[in-house]
Amino acid sequence: MSTIISAGTNEGGQELRSRSELSAKELFREVGAVLRLSEAEAAKLAEVQTEAPEDQTMIINMGPQHPSTHGVLRLMLELQGETVLRCKPIIGYLHTGMEKTGESLTYMQGGTNVTRMDYLSPLNNELVFSLAVEKLLGIDGDIPERAVWMRMLLSELNRMSSHLLFLATNGMDIGAVSMMLYGWREREEVLRFFQKVTGLRMNHNFIRPGGLAADLPAGWRDDVLEILDNLPSRLEEYDILMTGQPIWRDRLQGVGAITAREAMALGATGPILRSTGVPWDLRREMPYLKYDEVEFDVIVGQHGDAYDRYAIRFNEIRESMRIVYQILDRMPSGDYRIQNKKVTPPPRARIDESMEALIHHFKIFTEGFKVPEGEVYVAIESPRGEIGCYIVSDGSSTPYRMHMRAPSFVNIQALPHMMRGGLVADAVAVISSVDPVLGEVDR
Amino acid sequence: MSDAVETTVETVETLHGCPVVSSRGQRVILVSRENYVATVKALLADGYDMCVDLTGVDYLGMPTRTVGAGIQPERFEVVVNLLSLTQRDRLRLRVQVPESDAGLPSLFDLHPGTEAHERETYDMFGITFTGHPDMTRILMPEDWDGHPLRKDYDQGSIPVQFKGSHS
Repeated sequence: MSTIISAGTNEGGQELRSRSELSAKELFREVGAVLRLSEAEAAKLAEVQTEAPEDQTMIINMGPQHPSTHGVLRLMLELQGETVLRCKPIIGYLHTGMEKTGESLTYMQGGTNVTRMDYLSPLNNELVFSLAVEKLLGIDGDIPERAVWMRMLLSELNRMSSHLLFLATNGMDIGAVSMMLYGWREREEVLRFFQKVTGLRMNHNFIRPGGLAADLPAGWRDDVLEILDNLPSRLEEYDILMTGQPIWRDRLQGVGAITAREAMALGATGPILRSTGVPWDLRREMPYLKYDEVEFDVIVGQHGDAYDRYAIRFNEIRESMRIVYQILDRMPSGDYRIQNKKVTPPPRARIDESMEALIHHFKIFTEGFKVPEGEVYVAIESPRGEIGCYIVSDGSSTPYRMHMRAPSFVNIQALPHMMRGGLVADAVAVISSVDPVLGEVDR
Repeated sequence: MSDAVETTVETVETLHGCPVVSSRGQRVILVSRENYVATVKALLADGYDMCVDLTGVDYLGMPTRTVGAGIQPERFEVVVNLLSLTQRDRLRLRVQVPESDAGLPSLFDLHPGTEAHERETYDMFGITFTGHPDMTRILMPEDWDGHPLRKDYDQGSIPVQFKGSHS
């Protein structure tokens, strides 16, 4: 631990300290830490750090209120002129103790909590939470076919809406403001479908332990087809608008490059890992739901730069559409939730005629259901990478400990590495290409 | 006792000298504090090349729980999730951390990606990681008292602390 403690704190400073405050050894250590380098890797940087004279660098705060930081991400940047020497992300501005809150909500209520973490892919959060609870209950093999396919449908549409929003914000951050409007427009069409199905545009609490909250509404197939029919021609427009444009390419190509080895060491998953050429997609590598029965390609880049990450997300929208078409063909009929009296409330009609059903309904929604003792970790592929849910149960109806492995939380660790030696203007492109959701980072 | 029977059944499999148990079909390796870094290092050589998650659990309310394989339960537990991209396999490590000396060596040199996780675990549980380059709070304000995810940290019954506020 360093001996310098910021005024008024008892735990040591979280901030990036100026070069003049640090001895060479401390600087060496801090650069290694800030850039997430192990001792051996940091040793290779030894000569680089002494390059900058101590009175010619400036430490500047970017955020937490900066519009391009996607919420409340604060970056402390050490600059020499326009070049970023060090960068330290400071997070926690949106911390609301959701993991602690999760400990006092029943498994039935837990969905309302986790869905608010990654607010751009709420259905994936609910899905991983439900899968973890089902595994603890030992009913993960008994979920009805229709529920499984419905979950896949919602998960893929959610991936599309999340990536469309990425296109919007990525465009806005780099200066293609018209793309922002188009991206939000497309996303809104998907959200309108979600509203029809779940009643809410976001934070649905629709995927629940045991299945889903309700069946798909009448006419859902036409709504999905309408989205799928409109999207390809529009995606082509965006391709023309951005992908081939020299300015767009100049802003993204070679910016924030990272190698496969670095991405794996930093724990980065999702499009960041795939942009480095590692074909790692949990839908393909460790299939959950019925992903082993649908055909899709895992999009992989090769340069690990911001452009590859953009192109991967762009093409993942097309792959998701391909999956959704197959889901439409194969959607079975049947029950949308498990008929296990322990976790499933009785049908609405039974409540009016049966006292037992009323009591049962009341007990499930007040006390919740008890989950046997144990601990599980379940992970799925969210639009941002591996989202995992670790639940410890003590046999009661609330989780003893509920931890979310949030992909954005881990992915922003790669920011200092990507930004080092780049320009300040590229910092914006780099943050945007990592696509963090701060609700999930801070939880 | 039924516990004794269970433990003899469970300790069939070992990996790098540490017992491996099954939790709902998932493989969990129970590691002692002394072997912690050495085991992760050996597993890294075995192909568990990614550390996806590291977190803590405070078992204050479950003092008599059975960990399995005859391991003495302690108040805290650090849970590490390793992933092997080549073998498409997950492995979970559980390390018992006593309350009296809540600390572990850091995995930073093996997996730099645990940096934020270890800071979070320190912030939330007060478990320190020796060898970590920047053992400060990450989510809570730096002058916060206490560690919120501990079970003896009450929810909502303390005055809200804001940095630089007057009351």
